[in-house]
Amino acid sequence: MSRSFFARNPSALIFIACLALFTLAVTVMSESIGSGAISTSFVKTLGKTLCLCLVAIAMDLIWGFAGILSLGHMAFFGLGGYMIGMWLMYARTEAIVTASMANAEIPPTDQEIIDAIGTQIFGVVGSSDFPTIWAFADSLTLQLLMVVLVPGLLALVFGWLAFRSRVTGVYLSILTQAMTLALALYLFQNDSGLRGNNGLSGLQNLPGADAIPQADISLWFFWASALALGLGYLLAAWVVSGKFGSVIRGIRDDEARVRFLGYSVEGYKLFVFTLTAVIAGIAGALYYPQAGIINPAEIAPIASIYLAVWVAIGGRGRLYGAVIGAAVVSLLSTWFTGGQAPSIPLGFYTIDWVDWWQVLLGISFVLVTLFAPKGIGGLFDYFTGRLPPNRHGADLGPDSGSLQEQEAEQ
Amino acid sequence: MSQLLEVSGVSVTFDGFRAINNLSFSIGAAELRAIIGPNGAGKTTFMDIVTGKTRPDEGSVRWGDMSQSLLKLNESQIARAGVGRKFQRPTVFEDQSVYDNLAMALKKDRTPWGVLFSRPQPADDTRIRELAEEIGLAEQLDRKSGELSHGQKQWLEIGMLLAQEPRLLLVDEPAAGMTLAEREHTTDLLKEAAKTRAVVVVEHDMEFVRRLDCKVTVLHEGSVLAEGSLDHVTKNQDVIDVYLGR
Repeated sequence: MSRSFFARNPSALIFIACLALFTLAVTVMSESIGSGAISTSFVKTLGKTLCLCLVAIAMDLIWGFAGILSLGHMAFFGLGGYMIGMWLMYARTEAIVTASMANAEIPPTDQEIIDAIGTQIFGVVGSSDFPTIWAFADSLTLQLLMVVLVPGLLALVFGWLAFRSRVTGVYLSILTQAMTLALALYLFQNDSGLRGNNGLSGLQNLPGADAIPQADISLWFFWASALALGLGYLLAAWVVSGKFGSVIRGIRDDEARVRFLGYSVEGYKLFVFTLTAVIAGIAGALYYPQAGIINPAEIAPIASIYLAVWVAIGGRGRLYGAVIGAAVVSLLSTWFTGGQAPSIPLGFYTIDWVDWWQVLLGISFVLVTLFAPKGIGGLFDYFTGRLPPNRHGADLGPDSGSLQEQEAEQ
Repeated sequence: MSQLLEVSGVSVTFDGFRAINNLSFSIGAAELRAIIGPNGAGKTTFMDIVTGKTRPDEGSVRWGDMSQSLLKLNESQIARAGVGRKFQRPTVFEDQSVYDNLAMALKKDRTPWGVLFSRPQPADDTRIRELAEEIGLAEQLDRKSGELSHGQKQWLEIGMLLAQEPRLLLVDEPAAGMTLAEREHTTDLLKEAAKTRAVVVVEHDMEFVRRLDCKVTVLHEGSVLAEGSLDHVTKNQDVIDVYLGR
């Protein structure tokens, strides 16, 4: 009972060790302070991948552990990116505008500077006034707070409405898709206040850090992403390891039974939904400065479906499975769609992976679902011997854990 | 002495079908009661109403010393108020160990924050081991409950109910699919539980009811047909006509 957290969760310790080794390896091979074997752009790709792994952990918490197939978590990821992007864009434009107006004969007033920033940022959508939602854009502290608060509050309100009405299963999935679609469509409008389909750009340039080469900045973000992933993993492992984990897995397997035990199922779902939205927001806030640009297409419904595919391929219901799935699939995706994968000439037709990668991904998803429901992470069971009880027969119910054929006959 | 649970004048209709018709029922604080009745008599619907799964169209359900109405509470609030329910099919969390199943059921803080920051207490550990002993699963604590036999799952579920420390236990067909020895053990568990709390057992099997040796309520078409000792109700002509005569 009194064993330490790591003794009870050896996989968390192994994961942190692997992550630390990986971070060290990338650091010594980086262009910034290492040998330069890894290009700056690839460091960025790896940093972004770590952020995707973090959002995959959030997805695994909500889907693999609490059994809620949310197909809207990339909306929270995107919102986190938008929140930090607002500050990055404002602060950098402010620096440029101030520098260019400093040579004017009459020193500009504060209002003139703000107007000039507005013209710079919103000229592209034919406006120059700051919308209300940019009220805090000049403060890094407040925008960082909003990285957490905006996705968190949206999840809280949406979750409260959905869970209170006992919307479950595929209906909830559709509702979350509708949420992310509605948000994307809203942001596509020019008067949404976030530059419509242009999105926010130039996010890779940190304000006041023009003299610092991108090689250094990319490495800093890589470290920050690795730290966030490590902390996120520990947090998730802590949440699911104790009695709380027991309860949410109970909700996944038999919601009504948990309710009759006296637990407020809605409260638990809302808690996990909001927590994972916050994790997703933080992941997004680290991802988009590395990507450099965010636009509403990033939170289109398909993005959240990809997220579910990563977690399914990696193996849901285990945290390292989600990380492996997100890392493997997104890196492979970069490789195939980046034109690096050699095309296969068949004589009459040439398989060009840029076009065929999605077909390959789709087929892998179907194959994993059919033949390896535990995903890549399930392979580890063969080493640790953690195999499920042989329960003789197929599931009678929709979930694993429900009564099975031959048990019912006993 | 006032009653623990008083159901009066309750009716419920599903799509025009009257499942419960002006049903009145009450049970004391430490009493064992069997409910029998043919299929469709409304036994399970009755349990659904008491546990908050189904809302009645009319009538009242009063609970405890304060005569609090249960109709305004949801399932989890009713469970926290002290009503435990065992379903017909054994429903335990198959993917989790027997120990975790019992730990989840223990009467403790059930709010998300409270559970998240809870640490395992030695007292809880002792209680779980006691319960496991009582239901005969002491050796199986670390096994996944999905591996247990059907009878063991039923006991585990009864153990989880006892861990909840409810004041009223609603048990739906506890003996279904059990061997004779398993039935005897189940009877003992229920009789023991009824010494300190109210226990309502819904059962088809007359032999099992006889072994429980308690007051019997016969339901038919959603209302009470007869009430009394098993011998008394089995002599009742109405009961013979609708139930035993078949």
